[in-house]
Amino acid sequence: MIAAGLDPISQFELHKLAEFKIGKYDLSFTNSALMMLVAVALTVFWLFMSTSKRSLVPGRAQSIAEISYEFIASMIRSTAGSDGMKFFPFVYSLFIFILFANMLGMVPFFFTTTSHIIVTFVLAMMVMSVVVLYGVFKHGFGFLKLFVPSGIPMAILPFVTLLEIISFLSRPISLSVRLWANMLAGHILLKLFAGFCIMMVTAFGLFPGVLGAIIPFSLTLALTPLEFLVAFVQAYVFALLTCVYLSDALHPGHH
Amino acid sequence: MFLTLDISLFNLAASAAPKGSGDVLNAEHHESSSAFPPFDPTYFPSQIFWLLVFFIILYFILSKIFLPRIGETLEERSSRIADDLDSAALMQNEAQEAEKAYERALSDARAKAHTVSETTRQAIESEINAELDAADQEAMKQAESAELRIRKIRDAGMENVETIAVDVSQDIIEKMLGKKLTLATIKKAIG
Repeated sequence: MIAAGLDPISQFELHKLAEFKIGKYDLSFTNSALMMLVAVALTVFWLFMSTSKRSLVPGRAQSIAEISYEFIASMIRSTAGSDGMKFFPFVYSLFIFILFANMLGMVPFFFTTTSHIIVTFVLAMMVMSVVVLYGVFKHGFGFLKLFVPSGIPMAILPFVTLLEIISFLSRPISLSVRLWANMLAGHILLKLFAGFCIMMVTAFGLFPGVLGAIIPFSLTLALTPLEFLVAFVQAYVFALLTCVYLSDALHPGHH
Repeated sequence: MFLTLDISLFNLAASAAPKGSGDVLNAEHHESSSAFPPFDPTYFPSQIFWLLVFFIILYFILSKIFLPRIGETLEERSSRIADDLDSAALMQNEAQEAEKAYERALSDARAKAHTVSETTRQAIESEINAELDAADQEAMKQAESAELRIRKIRDAGMENVETIAVDVSQDIIEKMLGKKLTLATIKKAIG
């Protein structure tokens, strides 16, 4: 019973909130879907409140919205060039969605959408489909130059090309696993150390148990801000790598 | 006491979501929870579906409403700043020209003032000279007439002295000699 309550994995379980089926697929609205909805709703609410005034001299809220805009815009300009700005809404949406999903996961008892590999994998596959579709649409067969770097001696060119293909194919995996594993590991750690505090108190009673809980409690205290940092950094890394990959679609053979 | 409280807390956390969805679902959930939840394929279609739905909604709301709005505000601000800088440069030019005009006007005025003061000075000088001359002449005239009058008065005085002398001598002679001499003889004697 105690083990079930303190199980660090149980926080990742999905629960149906509303039954919904299309054909043979079970598309029920789950706690994960609820958190996605909350993330989207919060984003829209935040941007609505902060941009409704549109004042020339921004207030605090408007400044934050503008800083987030400039943050992503300058990230795209520096990695993919100014013609990468056509992907700006996509990258901004990805960044904000992942950031809000990660941050919502830090609220106690809230589900962390990005702690499920399928969610991060779909996000990564969205990026890769945009890269491939745009690359083929814009450059046709020229997009294949991505796999054949220029200035490589003929002797090792096939080997390098093979490596390039493998690295390209592993991108969605690395992109999705990086985000997922960070969120998963962080939440397991937090739950473990927080659970140790409870275990100490339940096993040894209030007085000696609290003393035993000091170390896991201080670790929880230290890990919490670290996890907030990870939540932001992972959203940033995801957006940054998206920009880098989009840069390949824009300028294949430039590397 | 503490034990039961803690357990109920965690059970609450674990079972908060499925409370409303019924016993059948709960049974299903217990079946599937044997696998590591993030790898459990039961809810893959649901997660993919809702992720795509919500992400596409977010993408359209952001790209159609909010991002253009922020972008416009930023652009407006930067163009406003550029405009303001332009007009500031323009105004600075104007100010410099105004300063030049002012300096020109100032030096003109200074030169003019100089000539004006010079002519005034000359005019005043000549006026003073003329008045000095006039005053000199007037003084000379008055001095001459005064001299004339003095001479007249002296002459008259001299005449008076003669008559007084005659009268006095007549009186003296009369007192001393006891006889009266005529005026004519006395005059002759004195003259």
